[in-house]
Amino acid sequence: MKLLIVVPAFNEAPVIVQTIKEIQIATSSLPHTYILVIDDCSRDNTYQLAQSTKVQVLRHVINRGLGGALGTGLAYARKHDFDYLITIDADGQHDPQDIHKLLLPLTKNRADVVIGSRTISTKGKIPLDRVILNYLSNLFTRIMYGVYSTDSQSGFRAFNRQAIHHITIKTQRMEVSSEIFSDIKTHQLRLAERPIKVIYTDYSRAKGQPNSNAISIIIKSILRLFR
Amino acid sequence: MITSLQPIQIILLIFLFFAISRVYLQAQKGTLSWGEGMFWTSLFTIAVVGVIDPGFTTYLAQQLGIGRGADIVLYFSIVLLFYLIFRTNVYLEDLRHDITQLVREIALLKDDSNHPPTKKKTK
Repeated sequence: MKLLIVVPAFNEAPVIVQTIKEIQIATSSLPHTYILVIDDCSRDNTYQLAQSTKVQVLRHVINRGLGGALGTGLAYARKHDFDYLITIDADGQHDPQDIHKLLLPLTKNRADVVIGSRTISTKGKIPLDRVILNYLSNLFTRIMYGVYSTDSQSGFRAFNRQAIHHITIKTQRMEVSSEIFSDIKTHQLRLAERPIKVIYTDYSRAKGQPNSNAISIIIKSILRLFR
Repeated sequence: MITSLQPIQIILLIFLFFAISRVYLQAQKGTLSWGEGMFWTSLFTIAVVGVIDPGFTTYLAQQLGIGRGADIVLYFSIVLLFYLIFRTNVYLEDLRHDITQLVREIALLKDDSNHPPTKKKTK
């Protein structure tokens, strides 16, 4: 089993080393596991710090947003023929120990894509504004793409080989989270969700997408239909 | 009639003929496709007719059930502008996508291919 863990990072210097170390500890029992940091043209020293941990680091020469970074991770997985791919946020918002939970439905061949859902989790509490935003995002994803997820904006996801092959990302920024569901529907990929630990720190809240981004995401998702 | 043209009509005509000449030059250079060139030439030509003979727009307006000639110009302009903004947005998204592809290719070119074994694992 060849597993790739993709960590998209933009200006994450204060936390990137810690995040990588936690992933390494959590996956130490999994053989053939590789960590790939995609530095999305950070202005701080995220790139150098990530490189110092001896994991593979790719750098975008121009900032392309979360969608651009995830697309590069998927392209890398296809290039190197990985069996599974997991995406995890660099800001410490996810507990790497949950990687095992996300992998299980894939290795048991019960799903092609697994979403780490914060809303079905019993561990941790989501701030009220994020509860509302998540609900609206889930509703939008269902209307636009006909797929229901309890956490369509989650950055903690797992894909098997079939999903890695079929999911092609066209959008660049945060709208990618909804776009993935479009490919899930188009290619009839099996979707599963697993509860993940909810971690909201001051740092991750400051780094996360502002609530005002929602309108921009909706407009860009609609424009994608005409491309 | 040309002899009775108001100053505003003359200004608009100068601008419209300038615009038509730009369309022609851009089409010659290949910046605009044949279809796009025809579209813009037709649009500006209709505008020229409307400026020379304002009664023409009134006639068109009445045929479409709109009161005044100026209103049809306004309605048509708004619809056209909205459409062009939409097309421009789609075009910009396509451009952004192309740039992302380019950035991705550059990142993958610098990939140290020995890091993960590229050899397919046997089951």
